[in-house]
Parts: sequence; C-alpha cells; structure tokens
Amino acid sequence: MRDFEYKAPATIDEAVTLLAERGSEARVLAGGTDIIVQLREGLRKADLVVDVKKIPELMSLAWRDDGGLDIGGAVPCHVLYNDAKVINAYPSITDSAKIIGGWQIQGRASLGGNLCNSSPAADSIPSLIVEGATCRIAGPGGERFVPVQEFCTAPGANVLTEGEMLVSLTLPPAGESSGSRYMRFIPRNEMDIAVTGTGAWLRLGEGGETVEEARLALSAVAPTPIVAGEAEAWLQGKPATEESFTEAGDIARKAASPISDMRGPADYRTHLVGVLVKRALNGALGRARGGDRNPVIPSGINLC
Amino acid sequence: MGKKIHVSTTINGEAVEFLCEARQSLLEIIRDTLTLTGAKEGCNNGNCGACTVLMNGVPVDSCLVLAVEAEGAELETVESIANEEHLHPLQECFLEGAALQCGICTPGFLVSAKALLDGHPEPTEEEIRFELSGNLCRCTGYDKIVRAVQAASERMKEVK
Amino acid sequence: MSENFNHAQIIKDPDDNYKILGTRPVRHDGVDKVTGRAIYGNDVQLQGLVEGAILRSPEAHARILSIDTSEAEAHPGVLAVTTSADFPDLGDKIANLGEGPVNLAHLAANCLAKDKVLYKGHAVAAVAAQNAHIAREALDLIKVEYEPLPIVTDVLEAMKDGAPLLHEGLLTNLVPGGEKAEAPSNISDHHHFKRGDTEAAFEAAHIVVEREFTTQTVHQGYIEPHVATAHWNQDGQLTVWASTQGSFSAREQTSEVLQIPISKVKVIPCEIGGGFGGKIPIYLEPVAAVLSRKCGRPVKIQMTRDGVFEGTGPTPASFMRIKLGVDEAGKMTAGEAWLAYDTGAFPGGVIGPGVMCVFSCYDIEHAHIDGYDVCVNKPWTKAYRAPGSTHVAYAVESVVDELAEKLEMDPIDLRLLNAAREGTKRVDGPVYPRIGLIETLEAAKNHDHYKSPLEGPNRGRGVAAGFWFNIGLKSAATAHVNADGTVTLLEGSTDIGGTRTSISMQLAETLGIAAEDINPKVADTDSVGYTDITGGSRVTFATGLAAVEVGKDIISQMKERAAKLWECEAADVEFSDGIFSQGDNSISFKELCAKLSRTGGLITARASVDPQGFTNGFGVHICDLEVDVETGKVQILRYTALQDAGKAIHPSYVEGQLQGGSVQGIGWALNEEYLFDEKGHMLNPTMLDYRMPTALDVPMIDTVIIEVPNPSHPFGVRGVGETPIVPPPGAIANAVKSATGIRMTELPMSPPRVHSAITEDGNGAS
Repeated sequence: MRDFEYKAPATIDEAVTLLAERGSEARVLAGGTDIIVQLREGLRKADLVVDVKKIPELMSLAWRDDGGLDIGGAVPCHVLYNDAKVINAYPSITDSAKIIGGWQIQGRASLGGNLCNSSPAADSIPSLIVEGATCRIAGPGGERFVPVQEFCTAPGANVLTEGEMLVSLTLPPAGESSGSRYMRFIPRNEMDIAVTGTGAWLRLGEGGETVEEARLALSAVAPTPIVAGEAEAWLQGKPATEESFTEAGDIARKAASPISDMRGPADYRTHLVGVLVKRALNGALGRARGGDRNPVIPSGINLC
Repeated sequence: MGKKIHVSTTINGEAVEFLCEARQSLLEIIRDTLTLTGAKEGCNNGNCGACTVLMNGVPVDSCLVLAVEAEGAELETVESIANEEHLHPLQECFLEGAALQCGICTPGFLVSAKALLDGHPEPTEEEIRFELSGNLCRCTGYDKIVRAVQAASERMKEVK
Repeated sequence: MSENFNHAQIIKDPDDNYKILGTRPVRHDGVDKVTGRAIYGNDVQLQGLVEGAILRSPEAHARILSIDTSEAEAHPGVLAVTTSADFPDLGDKIANLGEGPVNLAHLAANCLAKDKVLYKGHAVAAVAAQNAHIAREALDLIKVEYEPLPIVTDVLEAMKDGAPLLHEGLLTNLVPGGEKAEAPSNISDHHHFKRGDTEAAFEAAHIVVEREFTTQTVHQGYIEPHVATAHWNQDGQLTVWASTQGSFSAREQTSEVLQIPISKVKVIPCEIGGGFGGKIPIYLEPVAAVLSRKCGRPVKIQMTRDGVFEGTGPTPASFMRIKLGVDEAGKMTAGEAWLAYDTGAFPGGVIGPGVMCVFSCYDIEHAHIDGYDVCVNKPWTKAYRAPGSTHVAYAVESVVDELAEKLEMDPIDLRLLNAAREGTKRVDGPVYPRIGLIETLEAAKNHDHYKSPLEGPNRGRGVAAGFWFNIGLKSAATAHVNADGTVTLLEGSTDIGGTRTSISMQLAETLGIAAEDINPKVADTDSVGYTDITGGSRVTFATGLAAVEVGKDIISQMKERAAKLWECEAADVEFSDGIFSQGDNSISFKELCAKLSRTGGLITARASVDPQGFTNGFGVHICDLEVDVETGKVQILRYTALQDAGKAIHPSYVEGQLQGGSVQGIGWALNEEYLFDEKGHMLNPTMLDYRMPTALDVPMIDTVIIEVPNPSHPFGVRGVGETPIVPPPGAIANAVKSATGIRMTELPMSPPRVHSAITEDGNGAS
C-alpha cells in the first residue's frame, strides 16, 4: 500500500480540523479492521489516516441519567459483549458484536467503524436500527444527529460530508418487557459475511402474549441495511406466536431487493429473510419474556 | 513519503523503540524489525489468526494493526508464553496431545488459547471452538487442538 | 500423562510386540514449534536481504504484446525487475522430476508467462526492492500490453469443437508417452481402460444406476503462503531457502528452468507451513534466483494470499458419469466411468490417478473407464491430498449408496460383498497384495457409531469408502552414532506433520533404544542423499525404510566392534532388544557406544532405498448430520474415520492425518469452491470467502486404526496421509440423501444448492 501520514488527535476539534483541512485525502481509523484492508488492497486511498482512538469521547461507554447509553464510535466490540449491563439492555447489539469476525477482530472493530464502512451486509447496523440508535456526528459546522437507519446511502457510502466524523451512537433507555435478537445466515458457523442478517426487537403487551411494538431491520438485501416497516406495523397487536412471526417473515420478504453475488443468489436471500425474521423474532420474544440475553454461540440448527 | 515515525512500546515485558512507516503493520515490525518471528503471516487480511498477538491483553490480528498504533501499548507474543525453564501447560498439552502438524498456525492458536483460559479457565468445548474460530488450521481438523486446550485447562486447575 | 487425549481405538495385528512403535513420544521439533522459534520459509533473515513481489495478469487469456519495465526499474528503492525474457529458452524439453514427466517450457512459463497469459493471476513479471512495499509500488509501474483472447473455464465447454484453444499445438496423448491425436484441442490426455464386456453385463444386470456428477475447483488451503529466498553468489552458486515438500525436487525444477547444473544449486528446506501436494511444484524459486543474480543480493518473495489462490495449483473441477450394475445378490457385475478433469492452464493434471482410483475399492468383472485431462483458463491444477481420488469416490460412493437403497441392503454389507481384497485385479491392471479394506469395513460395521440409532427430523447417516496408493520412490538417510549412546539422524524428507519422529521411532525400534535418543535433522540437498518429495503417503513408509536400513548398518558395524572387544567373530555376535551378546559376554547399545572411539572410532551409517513393493491404503468413514431444511445448511453431528494403517508408528500422528483429512474433505463437500465471473476472474480469493472449516464448523473426529501389516515393509507400515480426504464428500452426500431424500450430484453441497434441491423436490419448506 502507498504510505500515508498518521495523526492521532486527542480531541474532537483537532480531529475535525484535520479532516476538514485534508478533505477526501483523509480517512478515519478506528479499529482498522476494514480500512487497513481497503488501503492495502487499493480499494480506498488515503494520504492522511486520522486515528481517533486517543479521543476520550470515542472510546467511552457513558450511561446517561435517563438510562440510555452513549457508545463511543471507536469502542471495540469486546468491550460491549463483556459488559453485563450492555448485554442486558441491548442484547441484539451484543449478538452482533460477538460475531463480527473472530475475536481478534472484535478486539479492535467498533460499531462506529462497522457503520461508517457502510456495507449493506454490516452485522451491527440492523441491531443499531432496531435498538433505536442515533448517530452523533461532529463536523466543521458543529454537531448534528442522524438516526442510524438514515446514515447509509449506498454500498460503502453514508451521510458524512468532508470534515465530519461519527462521535458516538446514542441509544434510548431499554424499555420494560422488551427483548431483541440479531441473527445472520452464513454458510460457515463463524468468520463469514452475512448472506442476509436480521435485527428484531419486540415489546410485549401486558401478560406477555401480544406484540405491542416490533422493530425489524434487514441487511444484505438492499444497497443499505433497511427497515422492514410493513412487517413491523403488521405485528403490532398480534399474538406473539410462531404463526405471527412466520407471517411477519413473509411480509418482510417484500421489503427485500437483493442482488445475486458470490455470497448467494437473490431469490435465496429473499427466502432467507423470511426464515431469519421468524427466528430472530422468536429469539427476541424469549428475551422479552426474561430469557437469557447473553450472545448465542452460532453453531447448530436454527441458530443462524 | 515523510520521515519514519518513532514508536515506544513494550513487548513481552521489555521496553523497546522502533522506527516505522505509517503503512507498516504491527506484524511486519514484530517480525522484521524486532525479529520475533513466532507470529506468522497467513493471509495479511485478518481472516486466519496466524498473526495473533495480545495488545493490552486483548487478542488482535497484528496484520490489521498499524505499527504506529503500538505507541504506549503492552504487547505479548507467542515468545512470552513459556518462562525461562518451563513450557506453559498449553504448550505441554499441544505437544503431548499432538495438536500441531505443520505448526504454522500454532503460535496464533497458543496466544488465543492462553487469552481464553486466562479469562475463562474452564470453557466448554463449544466455547473453545467459538473463541478459536478466528484461528484457522488446515492440518489437524481441530480435534486435537480443542482437546489440548481442554487438557491444559485441567492441568492449570491442578496447579492452582 | 494425566489427561485423556482420547486416543483412537487400535485394532492390532496379533503378532505385534514392538517396544517403541505404537507409543506416542513428543515430536523432536516440538518445543521450537510451540515457542515460535522454528524457522519457516518467511522467517529466514540474511545479510542484505531484499524483498520481491510478483505482477499477475488481470486477464484470463491474452497475448502479451509488450512489457515495459523501465519506469519500475527507475523507481527509488527498486533493485531489479525480471520477466520471462531472463529465463533460458527451453523449447519442448521434457524432464522427469520424480513425480512423472514435466514439460519444462510449461513449468517455466507458469513461473513467468512467456507469450501468453493463460489465467487470471498468471505471473508476468517480478520486482526486487528494499522492501515489499516498494516492490509492490513498482509493480504498478510495469506496463503490460495485452491482446485479450476468448476464454473457456468449463471442462465440458473446453472439450467442444470450436472452443478457444489455450495451446494451439496441443495434440491429445492417446497412449501415455505414445500415440497422439491428429487435430489440436484442449484435451491433453485421454486415458482408457476396458475389460470384459460391459454392454452385455449391463444388459444382464438386475439393477443399473447411472448418474452424472460435477465438482468445482478447490485449493489445498495451507496456512503458510508460498515463499522462497534465493541468493545467487558471485561464484555462480545458487542457494535457495524453500518452503517445499521436496528439497531435491525443488533443486531439480529450479536447475532445469534456469538451465544450470544441479551441483550449482543448493536447496535448504525450511519448516513448511502445510502443503497437501500444493508445495511440490515451484513458482517463486527461479524468479527469486534471477532477481538475485541481477541485484547481487539475497531476494525473498512471499506470495500474497490472493496470489496463492489465483497463482498456484488448486485441484481440478470435474464432470463425471458413473454407471454401475449389480446382480440380484448385490454383486457388482459391470461398471462404466466417463471422467473429465480440468488441468487448468497447462497439460498434465490428475486424471491419471482418477481413472486408477475410480473403481479401486471394488471387484468388478466388466468395466470400462474413459478419462480426460482438459486445459481451461484457470490456474494450472496440481496435486491435493490423494489427487484425483476424492472426485471419483464422491461419484462412485454415491452410486453404490443408491444401489444399496434399491437392493434394500445395508450399505456396508453391499460394500463388503464387493470389496477388493488380496488378489483382486484393479481395472487398470495391478493385482492387490494383502490389503485391509474388508477389515476396515467390518470395523465400521461393528463400531458404536454405526450401531447407535440416529433420531430426530432431517438427520441422516452416510458411509463411504476411499482408496489411495502409497508411492514408494527414493529416500536416503545417514546416521552418526555418538559416544553417549545417542544417534544423530540426517534425512531429506521435509517434515510437515511429525515425520522426524515417525522416522526416528523406526530407527529406535531397530536399535533397541528410546525415540528420544535419536536426534533427527532434515538436511539440505548438499548434506544428505537424494530423497524424493514428502507426498504420496510415502515418508513414514519409504524414509522410514531407509532409517531401518541405516539401523541394520549400525548394528552390523557395532557387532564388529563387539567382536573386537571380545576377540571373537562378528558373525557370532547377536543383537536383540538393544543388547549385543556372544556366549557369556553382553553389552548394551549405550555401553558399546562409549567404547567406539577406542575400537576404531565413532560410526557412521547410511542407506538409500527405492522400494518397489508399494501398497495401498483404504478408509471407511461414517457421518451423521442434520440439514436445516429452511436454509439448506448442513451441520455435521458425528464423524468417524476408520483406516488400515498397516502399523501405526506414532498413533497420534495417524489419528491426526485421519482427522485433518476428514475435515478437508468436509470442507470440500460443504462449502469450498473457486467462484469465477464470466471473465474468468476468481471472486473469492480470500480466506474469508473461500470457506474452509473453522473449529466451530466440525465436531470431534473419532478415529479407528486398523492394523493389517503391509508385507513389503519390515514393520508393516502403510502410508496414511492421503486416503482420509477421499471418503468425506461421498459419506456426506449419502447422509444428506438419508436426511432429506435428496441426492446431491454437485459439490460443494453449499446451503443455496441444498436448499434449491430441496425446494425443487417439493419435500422441504419453501
């Protein structure tokens, strides 16, 4: 790879100034597990690499007074899934964090990096969407906030403009009687890119038998991760049963418009949406009813 | 490009300094500059785990770390697992249980397995398989590796 | 040892009473390999070492019109640039390089393309620079003008009239080394065997099953990329530090490509990070050598991982049609096989062993086999563990399973009824000596795995058998007996899986001393006698035989010394269990060693062997699996590999071969394949997308070692390394059939393929 300059600013202001000065020549380095590969293979170019891991806000997990959580943009995955409070509040996020690459990748890779890489198949984005995350973005013009589902614009592209960087992901407080699950389908059991992925979040009505609110997000079936809005709306008020979830899966399939590539044919991907929506909703249901929220080792039938 | 960058770091308990270009990976520097060739390059892409080292106690693929990022870090490589006189129980069990054939993946597996047992002294077979899935082995079919980690876990318990 | 490492069940030969053989000493190179100190190819550090990089073709088929290296040469930090223009002209010279004849022009043109590039990733030029980063920068500055040509990547398409020709003058070999076809085509070889009257036999058969199968290109997948370091000294002496399965073979290939005498080339074998057949051919050695000659510095080149996938030799894709007929009792009466393997860019693939292996497990009276090696615009295929045998076993074992089903017969019983045994004549001619297929099938039938019920929906069990040869070939060894009673053993077989120890154990058994008292060294080509490759399941067998011969030489020399001490005839000295004796005199091996220096000096012994009576290894695998019918994904639940090892010298290493081969076979069966786009570009040249099994994808692999001694080895050794990859795809396909009712006739049985087959069949969920 071509050589480049390396800077590790200590504040957001310094970082934004560097990024603004150098414009498209500059790239942010968080965990590096995507950008280093891309620079090495010439898929992206940089004259300046700005390492944001010395900036305290990017590396912190901050619980707010309202019970919500701000996850610094460069916090590595292993910090999330080794934190019982995070697991309990946002289990779909720790599901994702636990399966992005092997644990050597998880020692470095961050949700912010996964989001800014903006792959349609990103494992953390559906989870961030269903947990209701908002992106806090800093730039030369100050701060702005963007809901995660509006962040990606095309494969590898997002709303960040020159000089802007993602600071943190802001999560609302986890509600009562809710649970979430992220599942992806891959041919192996680990070390793979999602053929498709589904984040599911449920809040149950009193008694735990009906769906009061559902959120569903899908990856690798469109140019960006998407919300399966029709299926979400349909689920509202429905009994929390296998039949409902199967039906929701069928509805969610209509939202998918995948391409065929080496990871799977389009019609197969669309089919998998139905399977994964059903399975992820079942997983979310179990957790909403008080089941184990720890990340599930994805080996064995029905676990992927 | 510009001048080389000066980096101070600690590797296997020893303070070291080196000069590097920004584009050089930690793996390159560990192997070529610090001449600790135990960490191996299998894919240079974060997909095989042969270059696994611990950075501040966390397993990382050193091919996906820039050497400049090691400034102020604590690094541990396979060379630090045995002490002056004795092999670590994991190393003993890898040898007694024939958990290596060609041996190229072994340093990465040992670093990962040590981190696993240090944090989780009695993992189940499934946990071992999951946590070691970022380390590829093409010779053994993993059976003897998993058993060696199980045996080392037992042996470390006996020692305590 | 306090822990249970869960050793294999071993079904021993009743006459076995060895002391060292069958034990499990720690390997001699073990400590170096668990502490990171072992020196692999890329760990070589030399004074003034510089690094190289290879420019690879972006086209799958094109004429090279021009190469301009001037800008690259001028790039700061670049020391040398080379193209095939720096190689001598080799014409059509054929050389025998240990593994059969090789066209040297093809070998050279695969290292650096000459007039045409024949596949995407074909090496075109190389740069040496102060470091690999600069070398790679310089690659971008080399200007190559290509005239793209039409491509063909599918084996059946390439056989058609009018297919784009890779080699304009290629005439099919109709008889090995003899008659050729008249018109050029992409078919490099046609093998043909026929015996009996298959037409009549099929006519008379009770049940006939005929099916077509396809498999895709797969790679050996060793974790260590190819690497070579060369230093061409001012005196004309070339030293190569290689990661190779055969240092002598690498020496010959390098000297032939460069047309320099073998005495001018020394190959120093480094520790090797996996090979599986893929590190027999050379790719980098002559290129690094020429760069070194040009810049006067030692040059190291390590391939990138995509370079390994795209630029080295995977094993072929195939199309196979298999037809088998049985009588009412299930006796196989007729067999027909039509096989086409792609050889990739150059002639010389693995169809030869394919046609020999196809019906190798069975005794079939009437049989007819046609096999074709076909050039296509893909990397030049090479050996991969039992090359050519896995393909045909997948096809034949699937058909045998279907016959068992139609006969309503237990699949192991059907195999037992038809199994090859001593005296069975294989369709291509050879008659089997004592072999252990029957014993292995019986062990499978009696195994707890086979007898345990398998319950639950979408679960199935499959079995399959597999065959591979042990080649003999040449090996040498030298030993120095030390005064302290230890023996230093020099041998030439690069050690990929513990062969230093399996060879040392045979010498230790011969001398009646401990395995730890042997100090084995893998020596360079100047320091040990000629030794063929580590491959063909031959090292423990043939280099082990050399060690046994060395041991006999040591004993005979030491008998003379004992005779001198006791003032008797050497012929009267006896040796048994490590003790020399004559009348009332006796002295242990160790004690006598201490007296060597006073009785004529320390002893050196040597042996070179070229065993002719090589043998055959058979394996039987049992697989339980579950199919996720909603996704088509297959999970292996339980797996048992049984094999006749003759005599397991170091049982842990035999188990390791069975387990490792099984998992490679599982990967081949389920997910591994080269994916190409319409331009012939590989889409998945990474370890992320070329999906080899991870630890989480497989269960423990149970093993059973059956010991039916090989009559042509003093300890009964059979090679075991390759056979274990052969049965898995067949066993898994048969288990998928049993789980779902679907017969998968295409590898890999990846989730989309299995799901689509289930959906089309209408049995599964949509």
